[in-house]
Parts: sequence; structure tokens; C-alpha cells
Amino acid sequence: MKRFWKQGIEFEMIKIFKKYENSIYSFTAILLAFLVGSILIHLSGFSVIKAYSALFDGAFGNVFNLTQTLMNTIPLIFTGLAVAIGFKSGLFNIGGEGQMYLGAFATAIATIYLSFLPVYILIPLVLIIGGLAGSAWGFVPGYLKAKTGAHEVVTTIMMNYIGILITSYLLLKYFKEEGPIPQTALIPESARLPELVEYSRLTWAIFIAVFVIIIIDIFFKRTELGYKIQTVGENRSAAEYAGINSNKMMVLSMMISGFVAGLAGSTIVMGVLHRFITNFSPGYGFTGIAVAVLGKNKPWGVLFAAILFGALQTGGITMQLFAKIPMDLIVIIQGLVILFVAAPILIKKLLRK
Amino acid sequence: MQEILEVIFNINTFSAAIRISVPLVFAAIGGVFSERAGIINLGLEGMLLTGAFAGVLGSYLTSNPYIGILFAIMAGAFIGFIFALFTIKFEANHVVAGVGLNILMLGITTWLMQILWGSRGTSVNVTGLGEITIPILSSIPILGKLFGSHNILVYVMFIIVIFSWIILFKTPFGLRLRVVGENQEAADTLGIKLRKIQYTSLIFSGVLCGLGGAYLSLGQLNWFSMNMSAGRGYMALAANIFGGWNPLGAFGASYLFAYTDALQMRMQALNLNVPNEIIQMIPYILTILVLAGAMIRSRPPAGLGKHYKTNR
Amino acid sequence: MNIIEFKSIIKKFGDFIANDKIDLIIKKGEIHCLLGENGAGKTTLMNILFGLYKPEEGKIFLREKPCKINNPHKAIELGLGMIHQHFMLIDRLTTTENIIVGEEPLKNGLVDMKKAREQVKQISDNYHLAIKIDEKIENISVGEQQRVEILKVLFRKAEILIFDEPTAVLTPQEVNNLFTTLRELKAGGKTIIFITHKLEETMNISDRVTVLRKGKVISTVNTCDTSPKKLARMMVGREVLLNVNKEKGDLGDKVLEVKDLSLIGKHKNIILKNINISIRKGEIVGLAGVSGNGQLELEECLTGLRKVTSGKIILGGDEITHTPTRIRRKKGFSHIPSDCLKRGLVSTYDLTKNIILGNQDSFTKNGFLQQNDINEYCKEVIEKFDVRCQSLNESVNNLSGGNQQKLVIGRELSTNPKFILAAQPTRGVDVGAIEFIHNNILKMRKQKKAILLISAELEELLSLADRILVIYEGKIVSEKNNYTKEELGLLMAGKKASDEEILETGNRIRND
Repeated sequence: MKRFWKQGIEFEMIKIFKKYENSIYSFTAILLAFLVGSILIHLSGFSVIKAYSALFDGAFGNVFNLTQTLMNTIPLIFTGLAVAIGFKSGLFNIGGEGQMYLGAFATAIATIYLSFLPVYILIPLVLIIGGLAGSAWGFVPGYLKAKTGAHEVVTTIMMNYIGILITSYLLLKYFKEEGPIPQTALIPESARLPELVEYSRLTWAIFIAVFVIIIIDIFFKRTELGYKIQTVGENRSAAEYAGINSNKMMVLSMMISGFVAGLAGSTIVMGVLHRFITNFSPGYGFTGIAVAVLGKNKPWGVLFAAILFGALQTGGITMQLFAKIPMDLIVIIQGLVILFVAAPILIKKLLRK
Repeated sequence: MQEILEVIFNINTFSAAIRISVPLVFAAIGGVFSERAGIINLGLEGMLLTGAFAGVLGSYLTSNPYIGILFAIMAGAFIGFIFALFTIKFEANHVVAGVGLNILMLGITTWLMQILWGSRGTSVNVTGLGEITIPILSSIPILGKLFGSHNILVYVMFIIVIFSWIILFKTPFGLRLRVVGENQEAADTLGIKLRKIQYTSLIFSGVLCGLGGAYLSLGQLNWFSMNMSAGRGYMALAANIFGGWNPLGAFGASYLFAYTDALQMRMQALNLNVPNEIIQMIPYILTILVLAGAMIRSRPPAGLGKHYKTNR
Repeated sequence: MNIIEFKSIIKKFGDFIANDKIDLIIKKGEIHCLLGENGAGKTTLMNILFGLYKPEEGKIFLREKPCKINNPHKAIELGLGMIHQHFMLIDRLTTTENIIVGEEPLKNGLVDMKKAREQVKQISDNYHLAIKIDEKIENISVGEQQRVEILKVLFRKAEILIFDEPTAVLTPQEVNNLFTTLRELKAGGKTIIFITHKLEETMNISDRVTVLRKGKVISTVNTCDTSPKKLARMMVGREVLLNVNKEKGDLGDKVLEVKDLSLIGKHKNIILKNINISIRKGEIVGLAGVSGNGQLELEECLTGLRKVTSGKIILGGDEITHTPTRIRRKKGFSHIPSDCLKRGLVSTYDLTKNIILGNQDSFTKNGFLQQNDINEYCKEVIEKFDVRCQSLNESVNNLSGGNQQKLVIGRELSTNPKFILAAQPTRGVDVGAIEFIHNNILKMRKQKKAILLISAELEELLSLADRILVIYEGKIVSEKNNYTKEELGLLMAGKKASDEEILETGNRIRND
């Protein structure tokens, strides 16, 4: 009888473990990344406790810091989702950065020409325009992959450089505001997203981001198109034999992915910068990779991972300012998280010990 | 138009292209060895960056750029080993692990730069590599201009190109490596020590990237700057594909990329009516076009990107 | 002498016991057959011997000495050689390169190709295994590829040769040649272990037979003391009826017509040439052929995954030559792909998502999938086609091969199709599932569906098809209602039944 119970408990434990397997692995990967990070901090002659407490304080220490964390979370939700959407069709979209620049630029310019429209039309419209610009940038690698098989990682990276250069060129040539800084004029008040907390630049964009998460979640769980895109990602030849046009699905998923990455740019312009500035991004597109990988390409997983990396980004600045510890620690942790999450066997081995 | 043509066919453009091609060639051949072992290597970028940093570090510590090269080789070998560990032993998705490695190395090099030299942008100046002039060769008109006077890594590159080709196509190691990349299971059943071959290739891949990186920091300049590889690793991967997973092809493709880059720079200097941003885009656009064109007709190693698990 | 002795070998994959306390003795110089159904544990046992798998328990004695074989490298050193079912050859390398790799002759540290060629030529002559020594693997026939595999093993001086289902891919002629080689090898003092599930072959070639079932040794017998019937009973565990009842039905209108279909490959090579097929309602047409003669390409052309170079495909009176796959399916085209796992299933999906695959738009309203309708439909399919599973939401990965196959067949037969393309529907499936699948195909015939059955199994074709076409090197070489087994075998090998020489070979097969 006793043995029976023991077995029962063990069985339940295994069941629970299986259910949360992914979360446990992700959590361990984060821990491991911080652990390696702390070794690096220590070897560099800093205090680990001081570093991590400054990091934590900077991210969550007071209301203002918290708002800054959430503000930094927003673009990461979009770029993280973008990478996740690409993954669903089996493509690795590293082009989030370029797609975001295009989105930001298109939105900034569109607001200038469309400022006569009422707010409730203007805001959704310029968001869509930003998304479409990102979409166009995602289309190119998707199309090349489908037609020629050119590896999307290389083409999206190249598209990043081209995107950043082309927006910079267009800005300097046609839209530059007078003055030393390469930036557009401020966008009209009506196109700015309202702040949730005064002076925080945390805006309604957070709701847009959550809304997009919900849409994408439903899209992949409930719609036919979402099903078809995922089928291509899971087994391309089975999809084709079932009459699904895999090329079309890959291009579509890259366009949806680009659209969402474009929104990252739009919301930054409409909520934070209120204009387009060259080199405005601290690498949101690349952080999005870590966000998607950590979030296991699941929309709600992306939300949590984005909050984590948003916090790191925000806390990193405080850490640099007050503890004098280089904020590149954040980039190191990002890289480690990607590596560790990508290697579940490593984590499995560690957990078994 | 006359001006542009002059630039295109100018001997200085060709000679500049040789210099620019060096890191690409090293990394692209690194890509060849990695991908012939069945491992997709997007980590070339991070390996290059590591090499560039380690080179400067070595030269900084010893004031001897040749020790810098040694540092770069060792750092490259180490990163190559780590990448092998993740992709082979821990069965990480090659593409994801490669991108992770790149981000990690970007972070680590920038971090260390600040710890050592207190600046986030560039390192201090260190002793760079001097040029070596080859006596007779340098006095021959065109050849002398192209090959007569370079730093040591340029000559090493030419040796590596030939050497790699011989290894890959003429030695037992090369034959076994090609079998591994095509079908790991077949290699295993043949009694080939496939893990040893894969690890060796990836470490060699890292060493080559280390050399390429050292050229970036010690050869072209004499300092390190943040993210100084600037996408060359990805271009090198494209060059490897365009070159048909062959060291000679990889060299040709890298030279083509370098040539357009050289052209781009000289055109900027010419003050033509074309804006700089547009000219700067040329190498990136070319990479995309070349890759798309190459993929249509080329055939990668059949086992590329696959994991093989032994049941022992 | 007992050259190999297995002592209570146990090998598990997760909870599945592949080898359950295997005891087995192989004598020097014999041809020993390991007979058993798919999944009986034959290949697993040999992979253990060859150092590819590590057993949980048990010992192996080689030449009466205990030894640990940790990897193939060690196995080769000990004089073992294995010819795998799926050839371990590199398409892009030449035959010589494939043979020597790992044991290359050297000259100044480089591979000495000249010497390599000489050595390969010599062994090839010694054992009468003719190959083109500088040709790439991708350009030679399957039979020649197998010879390269054998040479690979001989080059490594193997004394014990393991053949894993070597005849599965061969034509009857090639099988004969292989058997001649095997006898020659035996005469030369080599020991041969021969894995198969075919009774006739076992009776034909072996000195002794060991029958395995569900991971256990049932018995080892001398071949001369047994009969196919006895072996079959040991192998399956019950009496087997291999014949299906087939009633003649009336044929209706033409459903599928293929007219002069040709396909030219990338390198201007002819893949399919002037294929003509017409299938009526209630008719099963068999397409016989050794794999690799254009069947897969024909399958892809009919499905719409490959553009045909010329010719027409007509389904129910509509031309569908250039119609996309999706529309073809809408018009009543149903397809059981030849490699179900790779092309028919998404292994990471659960049952429901796999069952609606290809038919998903029937369960879609305004772009949304209707989960309730899907669940109901899936329950029906699973019940009707006897797919054994724990729940609808479990991953198809958890199902056995037979059940996965039944799931795909269930999916394809449940959409009320006009035409069914069944490609190798019973490949890799155990006997029980084969019976079930055959009965379902016949049921479809009764319901007046038109069926094209692509198969390499002579018995399956002869017992199911109303009419059989034979495909060889991309051409239909014969079409008839009734063939003898010998005739069909010869035609599949590309011989015309009228040739005298062929009749002779035919007699030889009969006599064997």
C-alpha cells in the first residue's frame, strides 16, 4: 500500500514536471545565464550583489522605474512576436530591426501628411501604415526564401542594413528638420498616444501590444490560415501533399511578422520619440530574438520574456549610471539565454544532477 | 561615367579589394569547414568579432602584434569548441545557437573593452601589423602592386586557401569530413570517428575566424571597436554558399564582395552625385542577390543542420 | 566453431523492449537467417553486434571470447561488416571514394587514389562484384549500389557479414545475383547473417534460421528440417491467411485518365515517358515496379506537386493537369503518400490536427476552425479505422507505425473521394494491419471508387488489383489482367516475357 502511494506521488510529480517542462527549462536557462553573468561581474572586479541589486532597483525600484520597464517592454513584445511568427512557419526572421525602422519611418512621415484626419481614424491608420511598411520589408526575404531557398537569416540581416541606410537616406534627403540632429519634425499632437502615467512616456501602446498578443494567439490556435502556416513550419512536405501552398504560407508569415515588427517602430514614434530619429533603436530587433526564443514562440510566453528583457534594458541603464557597471551585461545575458534555451539537453543534464 | 569606369578598372581598386577580402575569406573558409561537417555556422560573425578583440588584447598586453595573432587563434579555437559543444553535444538548433553566440560575443567584447580600456566605442591604440614587402615580386609592375606589399595575414590567407583545398579534397581527413557532412550515420557505420572530425573542423573554423578578426583589428587598423565585424560573418556565410562549399570558390566569392566594397568606398570618395547611403548599400544588396542566385543551382551538404544521435 | 554467441541480450527504447533476453549462436561459415516481422528486433540485435547500440544487459562472445563492442570502429576491427537496409552511401562521391573512406591508402600523407582504384578493382574482380570504379553513386543502379556496399565491407576485410533486408530494393534478377555472391562468400569461408521477413528467401539461402517475434527468440532450426508454413506460424504466432477475398464487380465510367504524360528532369533526363493510365469506377489498377523507376515522380505529378513536361491528367472528366493540389483534392482526389511519416503526417501535431490535414477548410467558418465539428469527425474516423490511441489530443508520435498508417488511410478514405491514389500503403506495417488495410481498400472498390495502387509487393498487387501495369525506367512496359508471379517479377526487372533467356531465368526462380 505504501509503495503504491509512493509510486502514485512519483507519477504525479512526473506529470506536473511534464506539464511545466518548458517553463522549468526556460527558468533554469535564465538562472544559468545570470549565474554565468555573475561570474563575469566578479572576475571584472565588481560586486555581484551591487550589480544585480542596481539592476533590480533600476527596473522595479519605484513607480517611475516600473513605467520605464513597461515602456521598454512594448517594442520587445512586438519584435519578439515577430520572431515567433516567423518561427511558426519555420523561418528565422532576424530582420526585426530593419522592419521596425521602416515601420517607424513610415508612421512618422504618414502623420505629417494625414494630420487633418480625426484622431480615431488617424491613429489606427498610421499604425497600419507602419505595419505595412514593415510587412514590405519582411516580404523580400520571404519571397526569396520561397523562390530560391536563400537563407532567411542572411537575407534578413542584409535587409536590416539596407533598411537603416534607406530610412536615413530618405530622412536626410527629404524630411530632415533643421538643426544638427538627423531627425524629422515632431509629429502632430493628435497622432501621439496618450500617456498612462505623466512624464513616463508609458502610453496606450501597452494595450495595443497586449491586443496584438491576443490576436496572434487566436490566429495560431483557431484560424485556418494560422493552422496552415504552422503545418508548413512543422512539416513542409506533408503540408504540400495536403494541398497547402507552402511558398505562399512562408511569404505570408514573413509579411505578418514584418507587420508586427513594424508596429514596434510605429509605437515608439507615436508614444516615445514623437519623431523619427536615425539610429533610435538600442537593438530591439535583436533582443526580440531572445524574447521569442525564451518565450518558446508562444504569444503569452513572449509577453513574459519581453517584460524580463524590458526590465533588464531599463535596469541596465541604472546599473551603468550608479554602479558603474557596463550595461552590456544585458547583451551578454541575452546571448546566454538564447544559447541555453536552444540547448535543452544541457539543461536536462544539469537538472538531473 | 568616365570617372566611374576608371574606378572600376583601377588597379588600386583591385588591390584594395584584396585587403578588404581578407577577413571575409578567412571566415568563409571557416564556414566551408563547419558546413562540410554538417554544422550550419551563423556564429562566424561572433567568431570574427572575438578574433578581432583577442588580437588587440594580445598586442596590448605584449606590444607584439604577432602575439596578438596568437591570442586571436586561441580565442577563435575556444569559441569554435564552445559552438561545437552546443550544436553537437547539446543538440542545439544550429541557427539559433549561432545567433545566440553572436549576441553573446558582442556583449562580452564590448563589456571587456570597457573593463580594460574604459570606453564603449573603441579600444586604445595598439601596435598593429606592419607591411612586409616581398623583394622581387614588389618590383613587377601590376603583380607588385597587387601582391608585393601586405601584412603577414594577407600572405597567410593565400596559403590557407590552397592548404584548405588540399585538406578538403586530397587528404583522408578531408574525405572523411565530406562523408560526415553528407551523412553522419554513414560515417559512423564506417567506423569513422565522426565527433572528432566535427570538433576538429569547428575548432579550425574558429581559428580561421580568429585570423580574420585579427586582420580586422590589427591588420586594417590598430584598435578594436564595438561590433567591428559589422555583418561580415553573415556575408562570409553567403560567400561560402556562393562558392559551393569549396575553399577556392569561397575565396572567389569573398573577393567579389570585397571588390564591390572597395568600389563603394572609392565611389564615395569621388563625390559623385549618388548619395553615400545608396552606395553603402551595394555590398548588402549584392549579398542578397548572390545568395538568391547561388541557392537556385547549388546543393548544400546533404546532412547540413541535422543532428545525429548515437545510441550508445 | 561458434563464431558469435549472444547471451541474454536486453535492449530497451524507453518503455519498449526491442530485444528481450536474446540467446543466439552463429556458427562459422554458415548462412544464418534472422527471420521475423517488422519490429521483431532483428535489426536492433544486429546494430548491437555492430556497436551502434549499447544493450542494457547481456554479453557477446566473438570467436568464443567475451568482447565489448562499443562502436562500429571496434566492430570493423573485429572483422564484422554490415550492409544496411538503407544504404550508407554518399551520393556525390564516387564508388571508390565510398569504399575506401576511413581506410584510405596513403602516399605522402595524401589519399593515393591510384592505389585505391587498383585495390577496389582487385576485390571487385575477386568476388565478381562488377562496379564502375569512378562513377558517382547517384548515377548507378540500386543493384550496383548494393555491390558497392558489399565491397565496402570486404575492403575492410570482414569475416562476418551482416545483410539487413538486402533484397527489399532488388529486382528478382538482382536477387539471384546477390544469392550467387552470398554462396561464393560462404565458399570463401565467410560467415553470413541474413535479416529478412521473406519466407521463400529464407528457405532458399540459409543453412539455419532463427525466428524472432516481439523481441524474443522463438526458435533456431536447420533450414532443411523446416517448411515455410512452420516458419510463418513461428513468425506471426498464429495461422496466417495471406489471400483476400475479391469479388468481381461491374466497372463504371472512367474516373482518372492519364494521357501521354511525360516528365523530363533537370538534366534533360527522362523520368517518365508517355504514361497512359485509365481507371474506371470500382476498379483497382495496380502499378508494379521496383522502387526508383518513376513511381514517386508519378505520384507527385498526379498530386500536383510536380509540373508535368507534357501530357494530360483528367479526373472525372475535368482536366487537372495544371490544377493546384488543393483544387484536385476538392475535386475528389485522395492520396495515401508513399512515405506516410514524412509526407502524410505532422509528427508534432495531435491526432485531430492530423486528421483534418488537407481537409481543414471543410471545418472552417469565416476563417475560424470549428473545434467541436473537428472532434466529432475525428472520433468517427478513429473508430471506423480502428486507430488505437489514448486520446484525440495525444501526439501522433505516440502511435505505433501501423496505427499511424491507419490514421492516414482513414483520413484519406473518409473524405468521400472519387479517386484514391494509394502508394505503398502497407510498407513497414505488420501483418495484422496489412489485412485491415487491404480489406479497406477492397471496401472502397465496392463503393465504386477508382483506385490506383502503387506497390512493389507482388502478392499485394496480385491479390488486390483488377489490372496491373508494370513501370520500368519511367515507362509502362506491360499491362494485363493476370500475371504469374514470375512474369511480373521479370517485367519489373525490365525484361520482356518473350525473351528466351528470360524464360530460363524464370525457370530458375521457380526451381529455387
